[in-house]
Amino acid sequence: MSEFVSFKIDGKQCMGRAGEYITEAAERNNIYIPTLCDYKGTAPKASCRVCTVKVNGRVMTSCTTPLQEGMEIENETAEIQDIRSGIIELLFAEGNHLCPSCEKSGSCELQALGYRFRMMVPRFPYLFPVREIDASHPKLIKDHNRCILCKRCVRVMKDEKGRSFFAFYKRGAKLEITIAPELADKITDEVAQQAMDVCPTGALLKKRKGWDVPVGKRLFDMKPIGSEFEQVK
Amino acid sequence: MSRKITIEPVTRVEGHGKVTIHLDKAGEVSQSRLHIVEFRGFERFVQGRPYWEVPVLVQRLCGICPVSHHLAAAKAVDVIAGAGTGDGLTVTGEKMRRLMHYAQFFQSHVLHFFHLVSPDLLLGVDADPAIRNIIGVALQHKDLAVQGVMMRKFGQELIEVTAGKKIHGTGAIPGGVNKNLSIEERDRFLKGADPLNADKMIEWSVAALDLFKDYYGKNKDMIDGFSHFPSNHLSLVRKDGALDFYHGGIRAVDSEGNKIIDYADYQDYTNIIGEGVKSWSYMKFPYLLSLGEEEGWYRVGPLARLNTCDFIPSPLAQKEFELFKAHTNGKPNNMCMHYHWARIIEILHSAEVIKELLEDPDLQGTDLVASGERKDEGVGLVEAPRGTLFHHYNVNEDDQITMCNLIVSTTNNNVPMNKAVNFVAKAQMSGQAEITEPMMNMVEVAIRAYDPCLSCATHALGEMPLEVTMLDADGNEITSRKR
Repeated sequence: MSEFVSFKIDGKQCMGRAGEYITEAAERNNIYIPTLCDYKGTAPKASCRVCTVKVNGRVMTSCTTPLQEGMEIENETAEIQDIRSGIIELLFAEGNHLCPSCEKSGSCELQALGYRFRMMVPRFPYLFPVREIDASHPKLIKDHNRCILCKRCVRVMKDEKGRSFFAFYKRGAKLEITIAPELADKITDEVAQQAMDVCPTGALLKKRKGWDVPVGKRLFDMKPIGSEFEQVK
Repeated sequence: MSRKITIEPVTRVEGHGKVTIHLDKAGEVSQSRLHIVEFRGFERFVQGRPYWEVPVLVQRLCGICPVSHHLAAAKAVDVIAGAGTGDGLTVTGEKMRRLMHYAQFFQSHVLHFFHLVSPDLLLGVDADPAIRNIIGVALQHKDLAVQGVMMRKFGQELIEVTAGKKIHGTGAIPGGVNKNLSIEERDRFLKGADPLNADKMIEWSVAALDLFKDYYGKNKDMIDGFSHFPSNHLSLVRKDGALDFYHGGIRAVDSEGNKIIDYADYQDYTNIIGEGVKSWSYMKFPYLLSLGEEEGWYRVGPLARLNTCDFIPSPLAQKEFELFKAHTNGKPNNMCMHYHWARIIEILHSAEVIKELLEDPDLQGTDLVASGERKDEGVGLVEAPRGTLFHHYNVNEDDQITMCNLIVSTTNNNVPMNKAVNFVAKAQMSGQAEITEPMMNMVEVAIRAYDPCLSCATHALGEMPLEVTMLDADGNEITSRKR
C-alpha cells in the first residue's frame, strides 16, 4: 500500500499517496486543477500544460509530477492563473476555434476553460492556419481546425487488442491526427460517439449528429468546469 | 476624362446606405442608385462544413432576424436529411418551429415599427434628427415606448424558449427540433402577469394599428403618394392561398393582381428566379425568369405578402386585411408607405398565431425529429420579416457543403428600393443644385419603408448613416452630402 504523505496546496494542508500525480491528489482533496490533455484512467501526457502549478517554487505540470512529502504547491495564485490563461489563449489563437457553430459548444472543455479564465480576446495574434476538414470516414469527421494535439484520442480510443484507432501523422507544424487505416472499418457509431466525447474540443465529431442537445442542457451549461470540486468546499 | 470613384466597399457592420443621383444634361434626375456595398462571404466559407452545422452557422449573417436564416437553412437541411420538403416533420417539430418563427416576426416587426418608424409618425418626418428617435418617442409618449419594449421582450423571450437563446439559437435541427415546450414555459406566455402574455400582445397590436390608421387619416396624401409605383409581388402562400410565414409555395402576382406563378414548388426555384448583377453593387438583382430581367423584378415583404395572399388565417388580422384590400379595391397595393400598414397587420397576425399555438397541446409532444433517405441537395424557403428568404445547399457524399446560394429578403427588394429612391429623387432633387437635410430624410424614409437588412447596421439610434452623391451627365460629382 502506498505511503501517505502530507502536502500543501495554496497553504491548505492536504493528504495524498506518495507517487500519485498531483492532479489526482488535488482531486481527492476537492481542489480543482484545470486539465485538457489529461484523461482519467490513461497515462498522463502533459502536452497541453494547462495544469501548470508551482511546486516548491518551480513551474511543473501537475498531471505528470508525482506527489512527495512536504510539497508546497501553488495552484490559484495570480501568477499561475495568468500562465494558464496564456496557455488557453495560445490554444485559441493557434487554431480556428469558431465556437458559435461548433457541435461541441457548451460541452467543449477548451471553451469551458476559456469561460472559466474569463478570456475575452487572446493577447496573441490569431494565426488563422489553413487546415482541412476530413469527412471521408463514414462515421466520423476530423476537423483539424479545432485539434489541440492533446493525443487523448490516440491514448484512449483503442480496440479490443489495445490498438489505437487514431495516430499522429506528419511532423512539426503539420502534425495532425489520423485514423489508423487498418482500424477505420471498426469505427462504429458507438466508437465515433466515444471519440467525440473523449476529444476535449470539437475536432472529432460523430457524423450526422448536430445540436440535438439544446442550449442550456449541454455538459458545462449544467455544471461549469471545475464546479464539482468547488461545490464540495 | 477621369471619373471620381466614390464607392467604397465596407462591411455591413460599418454599414451605411450610399446613394448616387444621376442627372441628365438638363439637370433632371435620370437615374438613382442605392449601392449596397456589404460583402459577407457566407456562401463561400460555409463550403466544406458538415450540413447539420448550417442552420446554426449561417444564421450568423444577421443579429436581427437570425431565426429566419436558422429556419430557412433547417428547411433546406431537412430535405438533405430525408425529412421531406416542408411537410415531413413531426407535428410537434413543425409547430415548435412555427412558434419560434412567429415570435421572430412579432419582435422584428415591433422593433421596426416602434423603434424605427414611430419617431417619424409621432414626431414628424421633418423633425430634428436629434430628437427623431426612440428616445424622443420615450420622452413624449412614454406609454407607447414601453409597449414597444415589452412587446419586443415578449417575442424575444418566446424565441429563447423555442430556440434556446434569444439571438442565434439552436432549436431547429435536421428533421425537426431539439426541444418541445413545457407546460411551465407555455403558461409563462399564455397566462403570464400583464403585460407579458399573449392576450395583452394582441391588444397592443390592435392599438399599434389604430395609431397608424390615425396617422394615416391625417396624412393620407403623403402616405399614398410617397414613392408609389407599380410592381410585381412575390411571396410564399399556403396551399389554400392563406398568408403563411413558415411554409408554402411561391406565388407571384403582377401590379394588377394577375397570377404569374401560383403555388410553385420552391425546390425548383432556379427555374423560377434569375439573379442579375450590376457593376455598381455587391447585391444581386433577382427577377422572374418568365418575364426577364427588365420586367421580372418584384417586391417582397409585408406589402407583397398581403398582395399575394387570398386571406389571413386569424380573425382580427383578417378583418384588418379586408380593410387594407378595400383601400385598393382588392387590387395589389403599390404604395411604398403602405409597407408600414401591412407590417402592423402582420404583427397582429403573429400575436394571434402565437396565442393559438400556445394553446395547442401538440407543443408538448415528444416526437421531435423525422428522418428519411439522405439527399444531396436541399432548398429551404421561409417568409422572413423583410420578405422571402431562399437557402439552397448541395452536399457531397461525405456530408460536406459544396455549394450554397442565398437570396435574402433585402436582395429580393433591391430593384424596388432603387425605384423608391429614384421616385423620391425625381420629386425632390430635379433641378436642385444642393442636397439638403430634408432631401436626405426623404431618401431615408423611402429606404426605411422596406426595412432593409442594410438597417441591421442602421438600427442605430437616430439618423441613418447615409451618403448621397449627385453626378452630372458625364459622371462627374456635382455635390455630395454625408452624415
